[in-house]
Amino acid sequence: MIYMQGIQLDLISEARISQMASMEKVRYIIDEVRKGKILVLEKGLNPMEEAKLIEMTMSAIQPDVFSGIEMQSYPANTDGSLLGKIFKKQSSKRLTVIGPANQLKTLKKDRNLISALVSASK
Amino acid sequence: MNMIKRFKVSFSKIFNKLFKKKGACIGIYGPPNAGKTTLSNRILKDWVGAEETMGSVSHIAHETRHAKRRNAISIETNGHTISLDIVDTPGLATKIDFHDFMEQGMSDSESKKRSKEATEGVIEAVKWLDDLDGVILVMDSTENPYTQVNVTVIGNMEARNLPLLIVANKVDLPEADPAVIKEAFPQHPMVPVSALEGVGMDSFYEALAKQFG
Repeated sequence: MIYMQGIQLDLISEARISQMASMEKVRYIIDEVRKGKILVLEKGLNPMEEAKLIEMTMSAIQPDVFSGIEMQSYPANTDGSLLGKIFKKQSSKRLTVIGPANQLKTLKKDRNLISALVSASK
Repeated sequence: MNMIKRFKVSFSKIFNKLFKKKGACIGIYGPPNAGKTTLSNRILKDWVGAEETMGSVSHIAHETRHAKRRNAISIETNGHTISLDIVDTPGLATKIDFHDFMEQGMSDSESKKRSKEATEGVIEAVKWLDDLDGVILVMDSTENPYTQVNVTVIGNMEARNLPLLIVANKVDLPEADPAVIKEAFPQHPMVPVSALEGVGMDSFYEALAKQFG
């Protein structure tokens, strides 16, 4: 039997994440990332959920055990049309990548590209 | 945000304007070492007095680990006076590793203590988002602006329909490029400043009055 070593990458569909309540999503993400997984969310979190994730990540940090997360999502697409400005249309959520801070490092990021390095060593 | 919530926020804004609510509470946010406390100190120096400061500054990240509020700062610009409460918040981050502080020369115990306090500071900064009337988001104009902290703070202000002013700080440094920040977040007003040198502060106060006055 061949054993493969590496990092688990979970690509999570919008359908799966949208079934969860906000706190469930945040708890799920932290639990999975603490296991060393890299998560790619098809549609990311809303801004309040992102803030809650940062808050809960801080509570989970322990020296030499867990130093936090690396999270990258794209800036929101804003509706620049007249109607969009009047009704402040909520911009759609976009792809988000989240992983342990000691294993995922963002190399480059701009409006439409996230380039990251995943390291097997902690 | 749904229509009812948006209506409530808009109604609250109109009500506050009609009845001249005093001291809108404005949070100064940003990643560590962007210059938030330097900007806070500059505001106090310009409008309160040279002897008062919001906090100490350092090249080591997370120098500010507790939010500090200064009430009723009167700022005069273009013949109008506005009164603001300013909250200087700890730098937002998604990771805090005590080894980073050790690399700056701190001892193991000092680094772990600073790391713990820094995590508490970030939590405090996130909680303050619920109690603000607007945000000044300070970015280091020598750094890539597309950080998660910037994206999250801007997203929160947009979702809450609250005003935001972006400050492109550190324009005194040769590698500063505030145009990149404007290009990244074109939907929000941006002012280039050097809070340390006091460059661009007149434009900053004009923008402040326009956004939060």
